[in-house]
Amino acid sequence: MLLKKAPDLRESDVTPRSWYVRRREFLQAAGSAAVAAAAGATAPLFDGTATALAQNPDAQKLTGLQKSPLSTDEKLNSYRDVTTYNNFYEFGLDKGDPARYAGSLKPRPWSVVVEGQCGKPGTYHVEDIMKWFPLEERIYRLRCVEAWSMVIPWVGFPLADFVKRFEPTSKARFVRFTTLVDTRQMPGQTEPALPWPYVEGLRMDEAVHPLAILAVGLYGEVLPNQNGAPIRLVVPWKYGFKGIKSIVRVSFDESQPRNTWQRVRADEYGFFANVNPAVDHPRWSQASERRIGEFFKRRTLPFNGYADQVASLYAGMDLRKFY
Amino acid sequence: MSPTHVRRIVKPIVFVLALEPFLWLVYNAFFGDLGVNPVETITNHTGIWTLRFIVITIALTPLRWVSGFNPLTRFRRMIGLFASFYGTLHFMTYFVLDQSLQFTGLWDDVVKRPYITAGFTAFVLMIPLAVTSTQGWIRRLGGRRWNLLHRLVYITALAAVLHYFWKVKLDTTDPLFYAGIVGVLLAARVVHRVRRAAASAPVPVRREA
Repeated sequence: MLLKKAPDLRESDVTPRSWYVRRREFLQAAGSAAVAAAAGATAPLFDGTATALAQNPDAQKLTGLQKSPLSTDEKLNSYRDVTTYNNFYEFGLDKGDPARYAGSLKPRPWSVVVEGQCGKPGTYHVEDIMKWFPLEERIYRLRCVEAWSMVIPWVGFPLADFVKRFEPTSKARFVRFTTLVDTRQMPGQTEPALPWPYVEGLRMDEAVHPLAILAVGLYGEVLPNQNGAPIRLVVPWKYGFKGIKSIVRVSFDESQPRNTWQRVRADEYGFFANVNPAVDHPRWSQASERRIGEFFKRRTLPFNGYADQVASLYAGMDLRKFY
Repeated sequence: MSPTHVRRIVKPIVFVLALEPFLWLVYNAFFGDLGVNPVETITNHTGIWTLRFIVITIALTPLRWVSGFNPLTRFRRMIGLFASFYGTLHFMTYFVLDQSLQFTGLWDDVVKRPYITAGFTAFVLMIPLAVTSTQGWIRRLGGRRWNLLHRLVYITALAAVLHYFWKVKLDTTDPLFYAGIVGVLLAARVVHRVRRAAASAPVPVRREA
């Protein structure tokens, strides 16, 4: 069993959130090494560092996570960074809006429709999907198209495993993902900021690449609503907007889907959206990025530093044309 | 309100109020919280206050025409200097933290990226206005030439609005709001000029007594 129920009486029942968050930060600063060592000693497969930093006592913990050789060992962005600075226009355009307003999202019960060119279409509960595969911790760099970046300890499983389970046919050349549309749960959808629902897609070879995952958690906890609960895509070599959130539909398509940002501004955002310091956004440079937590900018790496693993997917393609 | 009242009481109050956005930044940098992306917070905060002070600067004269409240003229220099002050902070945030003080990077951006071109234009044009804001410079240049030079503020206002409009990713509501205000304030000047010309033209020249 991967899921552990939170205890009935929690710290949050007696202490205001801001107090214990501060206190925990202080305690971490004082004893993070000890905590990490202790966690590491008791559970070798359990990432002590990431879980120790998680700060939502209400969240369901995900335990028994496998570590991955694909994880980076760079310094993690804090739980606060990852959960209060989000682009999730379904809850508003401000970076703080998702954390403020995503409480209206009901990530359980949740079902995902799988359809299109595959042998096993159907509707599946997210709780079941999470039990199909062993959950892994994947610590990835996330590079936003707006030229900022973070390092995030996701919890999830390879998209490839998910895809193969539905036995896509030879006609399935693309995988299309769709976000929930529900103005009651996602109040930002009452505004026509983007054409709803949000749609994203991957070419089949991208979808089955070992780096691509479906995430159901972060920091060893169930995914917070503002980060795309209950299930979202993470494709670390592409700009963050490819990582579609709160997925309700996965479709195996013959032709290349039109993703939302390409529909909105085709001259600024493409289908592939691979992180590429050599191809600027029409209005700003992509050559460098600000890692959240750092004051000066750092250089952006081709494919967000995952070029060794993924560059071959695009051999012979003009990446200026297919941005 | 007598000139003494304005100088001794109202001006210091306005000065402190105008400094508030800066004090907010300093306070939050040391004792508070500038958010997950502090550099972005500083950039956006100094940027929007630059635009607001530019708008207030060019609003004072039309407001005086409408209200007949002449002491407003006495605040043009101070508010204008605050616009340059926040503009300088905004520019330096970009130049130091985004461009790491590299002139080549700055120049590349100015040449290549329209929103930077516009923003840089707005900033550079404020410099001569700030420098020549003293009584000494008014005297040296003479009122006519000084007035002509200080019409550059209209270009600064237009460039600043364009900078904001081109910079936003999706939601242009706020840039359009400021564009509307700047448009009204510039149109007011045209209307005023036309009216004054119309009012003075038909009147026959009177001989001085």
